[in-house]
Amino acid sequence: MINFKNEFLGTWTLLKKELLRFWRVVFQTVAAPVITAVLYLLIFSHVLANHVKVYDNIEYTAFLIPGLIMMSLLQNSFANSSSSLIQSKVMGNIVFILLTPITYLQFFLAFLIASIVRGVFVGACIYLFALLYVDLPMLHPWIIFGFAMIGGALLGTFGIIAGIWAHRFDQMAVFQNFVIMPLSFLSGVFYSIHSLPPFWQKLSQLNPFFYMIDGFRYGFFGQSDVAPLLSLSIVTFFFIVLASLTLGMLKSGYKLRS
Amino acid sequence: MKKAIVFNKVKKSFGKLEALKGIDLTIEEGEFFALLGPNGAGKSTLINILAGLAKPSSGSIKVMGYDVIQDYQNARRSLGVVPQELVFDPFFNVREMLRFQAGYFGKGRENDDWIDEVIEGLDLQEKANTNMRMLSGGMKRRALIAQALVHKPPVIVLDEPTAGVDVELRNRLWQFIKKLNQKGHTIVLTTHYLEEAEALCSRVAMMDQGKVVALDKTRNLLKRFSAKNLKLRLDLKGKKIPINIQKLIQSKDHDFITFLLEEISEVEFIMGELKKTKIKILDMELTNSDLENVFLKLTGSKR
Repeated sequence: MINFKNEFLGTWTLLKKELLRFWRVVFQTVAAPVITAVLYLLIFSHVLANHVKVYDNIEYTAFLIPGLIMMSLLQNSFANSSSSLIQSKVMGNIVFILLTPITYLQFFLAFLIASIVRGVFVGACIYLFALLYVDLPMLHPWIIFGFAMIGGALLGTFGIIAGIWAHRFDQMAVFQNFVIMPLSFLSGVFYSIHSLPPFWQKLSQLNPFFYMIDGFRYGFFGQSDVAPLLSLSIVTFFFIVLASLTLGMLKSGYKLRS
Repeated sequence: MKKAIVFNKVKKSFGKLEALKGIDLTIEEGEFFALLGPNGAGKSTLINILAGLAKPSSGSIKVMGYDVIQDYQNARRSLGVVPQELVFDPFFNVREMLRFQAGYFGKGRENDDWIDEVIEGLDLQEKANTNMRMLSGGMKRRALIAQALVHKPPVIVLDEPTAGVDVELRNRLWQFIKKLNQKGHTIVLTTHYLEEAEALCSRVAMMDQGKVVALDKTRNLLKRFSAKNLKLRLDLKGKKIPINIQKLIQSKDHDFITFLLEEISEVEFIMGELKKTKIKILDMELTNSDLENVFLKLTGSKR
């Protein structure tokens, strides 16, 4: 017999704990990435505004903002689940969750939603800052919302995988430096991939970050390199693959229950 | 009477190492049970499998009739485990942690009264709103015990609960746990202090190298294996220890010699022999045999 009140309360408690965890260190988890993004915005727009023109009717500064928002959203969604898990594992307090009747699905949902919330919150703060600086249209709010959700979910899931797999903080740094950063910078945040040489264009097309940023940007301007529905399908496909992998890991107790 | 825990042929291997070699053990509801054994005997591995932190290679465990794998949710609801390491979550204070822990078990605000009771029982009131990071070791230990109790589990397992805890706190903890036992909770503790088991537990299982080597009422076990240690510092000056007492020697460390005695009357015998050979005694100490000695007897091997 499934007791829905128990199941709901268990998931909600774990989610609340995860949200409070990042909120307690909000300077590090929200203020820092927002400031970084705003600095990117100030410097790149100042240096490149008169040199780069991606779409005819869009200022470079405006072009840059959705990419920066999405990049920060993705990085922070990843950071939330991955750092929470690696900390709990290194500190040992992950046992407090493992000793409870929380199922692998509840575990997944709580960490996933917390990651999305942190990513979207950081993204929203950057958006508000950007509004001080430039006029930004929002042609398709639902597309913006859709890409924000699936992007946060994909990276939140990837963060769970990294957090379960890594034993130490330096292994986590490998993910950050060799996966997340290259994918972020080779995703067309600062340029359209059409301006790249053919080889790098092809490579970028394998990068899920590219589709998320391209589709997200479409929501603002109604223009993109790839049709937004195709991008959404590709990202959703990546999410389903990673989510299945994560659920499999959690169900088997991989690296959590010896 | 209902069975609190049933271990059925539990085996666990880590690669080639057989950590548990088939544990069969039943703990009745309401018992105060001790699992004794030296480091590496497999106690913690057994507790981890019981708690779902590890999986058995074969065999099964039931808690209050629920299989810890097939019916893990009910099994875990019936079980409160106090881990051996002083783990804590540095982001939260004591009361927050306890509320979260209760929430994981599906307990909401209606459980707050019980949480207050646990906080009071463990004398944590003054620290209830203090961040876990700021607590002393003893306070962290109490908070850990409180965390294991938030969902009122019928079976409570304490893995080395008094390691690194001062005497006063140790007594308070035991009083609190005794009270829980009187209220009907089944208590299982692991320790390597025989005295603790002796003072508290009605029944004892001794583990060694992945097996249960003795299972009996504490009283009987102590009767069977009671022994004393006589530690002497001798002024040997080239003289040899008489042959008839040499076989009682348990260990030698420079001029300190420890004898293992079955009966207290053997003290006289040793003294007599030493007097005969005119070996002077510089210092002496008589102690109760520790668990190591009982093990030496049980396993018949010197390690």
